[in-house]
Amino acid sequence: MKEYRTISKIAGPLVFVEKTEPVAYQELVNIVLYDGTIKRGQVLDTSDDLVVVQVFETTTGIGKDSGIRFTGETIKMPVGKDMLGRILSGGGKPIDGGPEIVPEKRLDITGAAINPYARGMPADFIQTGISTIDGTNTLVRGQKLPIFSGAGLPHNNVALQIARQAKVPGSTESFAVVFAAMGITKEEANYFMQDFERTGALEHAVVFLNLADDPAVERIITPRLALTTAEYLAFELGMHVLVILTDMTNYCEALRQIGAAREEVPGRRGYPGYMYTDLACIYERAGMIKGQKGSVTQIPILTMPGDDITHPIPDLTGYITEGQIVVNRDLHRKGIYPPINVLPSLSRLMNLGIGPGKTRDDHKKVSDQMYAGYAEGNDLRGLVAIVGKDALSERDRLLLEFADLFENRFVRQGYDEDRTIEDTLNLGWELLSTLPVEQLTRIDRELINKYHPKIKAGAKKE
Amino acid sequence: MEVKEKKTKETKQGVLKRIAGPVVTAVNLDAHMYDVVKVGKEELMGEVIKIEGANVIIQVYEDTSGIRPGEPVSNTGLSLAVELGPGLLTSIYDGIQRPLAVLVDKMGNFIERGVSAPGLSHEKKWTFKPVAKVGQTIEPGAILGEVQETNIVHKVMLPPNAKPGKVKEIKTGDFTVDETICVLEDGREYPMIQRWPVRIPRPVKEKLNPTIPLITGQRILDGLFPIAKGGTAAIPGPFGSGKTVTQQQLAKWSDAEIVVYIGCGERGNEMTEVLTEFPHLEDPKSGKPLMERTVLIANTSNMPVAAREASVYTGITIAEYFRDMGYDVSLMADSTSRWAEAMREISSRLEEMPGEEGYPAYLAARLSEFYERAGLVTALNGAGGSVSVIGAVSPPGGDFSEPVTQNTLRIVKVFWALDAKLSQRRHFPAINWLNSYSLYLETLQSYYDKEVSPDWNKIRSWAMEVLQKEAELQEIVQLVGSDALPEAEQVTIEVARMIREIFLQQNAYDAVDTFCDMTKQYDMMKAIKTFADLSYAAQLAGVSPAQIIAVKAKGELPQIKFIKDYKPELAKIEKQMDDEFNTLRSAA
Repeated sequence: MKEYRTISKIAGPLVFVEKTEPVAYQELVNIVLYDGTIKRGQVLDTSDDLVVVQVFETTTGIGKDSGIRFTGETIKMPVGKDMLGRILSGGGKPIDGGPEIVPEKRLDITGAAINPYARGMPADFIQTGISTIDGTNTLVRGQKLPIFSGAGLPHNNVALQIARQAKVPGSTESFAVVFAAMGITKEEANYFMQDFERTGALEHAVVFLNLADDPAVERIITPRLALTTAEYLAFELGMHVLVILTDMTNYCEALRQIGAAREEVPGRRGYPGYMYTDLACIYERAGMIKGQKGSVTQIPILTMPGDDITHPIPDLTGYITEGQIVVNRDLHRKGIYPPINVLPSLSRLMNLGIGPGKTRDDHKKVSDQMYAGYAEGNDLRGLVAIVGKDALSERDRLLLEFADLFENRFVRQGYDEDRTIEDTLNLGWELLSTLPVEQLTRIDRELINKYHPKIKAGAKKE
Repeated sequence: MEVKEKKTKETKQGVLKRIAGPVVTAVNLDAHMYDVVKVGKEELMGEVIKIEGANVIIQVYEDTSGIRPGEPVSNTGLSLAVELGPGLLTSIYDGIQRPLAVLVDKMGNFIERGVSAPGLSHEKKWTFKPVAKVGQTIEPGAILGEVQETNIVHKVMLPPNAKPGKVKEIKTGDFTVDETICVLEDGREYPMIQRWPVRIPRPVKEKLNPTIPLITGQRILDGLFPIAKGGTAAIPGPFGSGKTVTQQQLAKWSDAEIVVYIGCGERGNEMTEVLTEFPHLEDPKSGKPLMERTVLIANTSNMPVAAREASVYTGITIAEYFRDMGYDVSLMADSTSRWAEAMREISSRLEEMPGEEGYPAYLAARLSEFYERAGLVTALNGAGGSVSVIGAVSPPGGDFSEPVTQNTLRIVKVFWALDAKLSQRRHFPAINWLNSYSLYLETLQSYYDKEVSPDWNKIRSWAMEVLQKEAELQEIVQLVGSDALPEAEQVTIEVARMIREIFLQQNAYDAVDTFCDMTKQYDMMKAIKTFADLSYAAQLAGVSPAQIIAVKAKGELPQIKFIKDYKPELAKIEKQMDDEFNTLRSAA
């Protein structure tokens, strides 16, 4: 392989190389340092006279004397069945002391888009055992449902609880977890690893770790490696794969860093204008394929800078993903776990995964009624602060109490508490029965007669 | 603008010089702006977007990984065009009119590159029935004959850019789209297919002012903020406020004869939902599957960005083609913000001077050009048709002051403002009744007078007044609580609540409530008005607001929404309402 020593400029993570043979766009590049170390990079811009290479590691030690070898191919990832149970670096190298991965296939990490016509419609309800998700923001196989959180909130616990408890009731198909950490601390990583080991989840998991002190640019490929692995497990081996990506905010920071180094015209808050497309190329790699067994379900986690949901990272994410689970600081302060605020949370695929035959016929309407009640009750809190509880009408007072009950009974649950969907919906009815029946305008009579605890009890007496 | 019938010409091959993402540079290429070119050994499809000295800058519709400088580039000499003819309906295309089903056959479940597929099937035979007669002189756009495509009759037309001529021969029978079906006396031969460059509007004889509403079956839209056939509307809203559901409801239930749905840079699973649902849904008018009147364009967010830019033009050109046949077409674009972002991305790769928020300076011009292609028209052949355009806008952070929303609002006539607060409250459709508007109210007034009821317009303004009044009263309630309001105003608050909960809220997932015709809308609003009138009268007679709120018949009213044959039930409730108020009044 030809080695060039024609580096003309090094800036941040970028290396500019002159006078090369034609080099392919996105080609994998090896950079050989004076001491023989090899660093990897990728072509970002290629022309007759100048090639721009983005280096995945630090550029420390790279100089005009470094050799550049173009490998002639785009980045490929070796994948195989024995990846399960392994821990890899953010660049895909084993770091658990075990042997190299025996590749059964080498796949392009960019991943092609699934043809919308070939997509299977997500329809399998995943029971996470968390009421605020199952009951009001249902997760469905093949969905991408991010957790929007803030610094210092227990999003990792929520993610772990989901990973541990998630199951499709009545199904025994094989499943796997792909966990990709981008720029999280060693401490957080340990927390995840210990929990995986405690629950025995590790043997069904592939872990990619890019820690806070690992090169930032490597974060660009970590989620792509993870998703390539997930797609292999799902669409070649027929497994149901849950992918956890944490923390997407760090990924976006890395993206911004490269954009700045390339002197691109920045978009909002300095993030590159193509961030939407770039994030879409990650998030859209979730789904199912018609006539195939496996599925990829994604739970990306991101911390909203300053808890601001309009910040470009959560904003663009929300426009791509199928809803969001919002972890809320006020609920956390009240000591409620999991502090999921259902009001801004949403699952867009909920209606595909619930209803008769999947969960229960009353699911949708109970969920809507609880939302409406909680939203109104929550608004009244502001009013009570001004006029006091006594000035409220009877209707409003009941709603206010409903909001408190909702938080304390429905939202609050234990870290290891695994509620079935039946439990969750029955709990919902119990709370709704504190309101007068006429106020349940979103539920039709038939369902009220069938499920309302007071009416059911009354009917039995007669 | 005049479009010449272009012939493919041999041009010399160029050579790739630079590749950076979806934008590549070639040299030594004879090219004109917006010519379609084949890039690299794999012949990826691209379009010329800038010419600078010897450099020709090309946006490529497919992924450019692995392409090297030095690879060949050839010019087709044609602009980006769509194939128009029988076979469009029920199709599902990507942004550059490649049928996705064909792509699955050719390259499997994932979209690989370098595969071309024509927009129409060139093998399938269609039964052609002539309309034009031998010896007849035909003008551009004239109807040559008909093909029963689905339940829709596809009218085969002389291309709008063809010269007039006299028919020498016209055939009857089964033909592919490429076979000649009509020969003119000057020797010109025409097949059923025609190609039209997507960036140029198809010509019409005359644009008219819209006067008929597009009935959507959605109460808040038809009742309060109607759009006219041939009109334009924008639905801006933050994520999670129900843009896509609203767009899909419109695609499902609006009384257009043809629907073109563009999924532009949106979610793959959502498109799948549309793809799986539409074939099973029935058109309320014809009883046939909705898919039979629909053309879908799906360019999801992770498909190439240049094709996303093109998808909107592909869609509107197809819509115009059906309009020229004399059909009412409605076009939904979800979302125009993704389209604008695609423009921004390409523009920044061209290193153009950015305008507001990094969007190119020509953003406003492109948006208005697009919406201006809507309209109620007299086609070249004299038929009356329309294209209504409904564009979703996804403002970052839900902030309506951003450039795409603002530039869109300057053009469109109807504004349906989605509100995240309402959707959090599960008030769906989450359209804010105070911020939304429709500029078609006046022009549509006479239609409502005639087709719905002479007092509909009055009832509509009454409802708007109550809602407006409620918003004012709510401000006071926030400060002092509702008990402090005068009794009449407490009743107003209750009536407004009924308008919101009964009339405005509509369940898209309920089999009955998902579509509500104008008569039912009128009956529902009328019932609420009756309740209001009785309440105010009772209140004057000394009945307390608490008693009015407790009226049982009121609690029954929401159930009307879910009953298909609602009239007997409604009559019963109205009777009960009367009785209860009589009792209350006589007790007071």
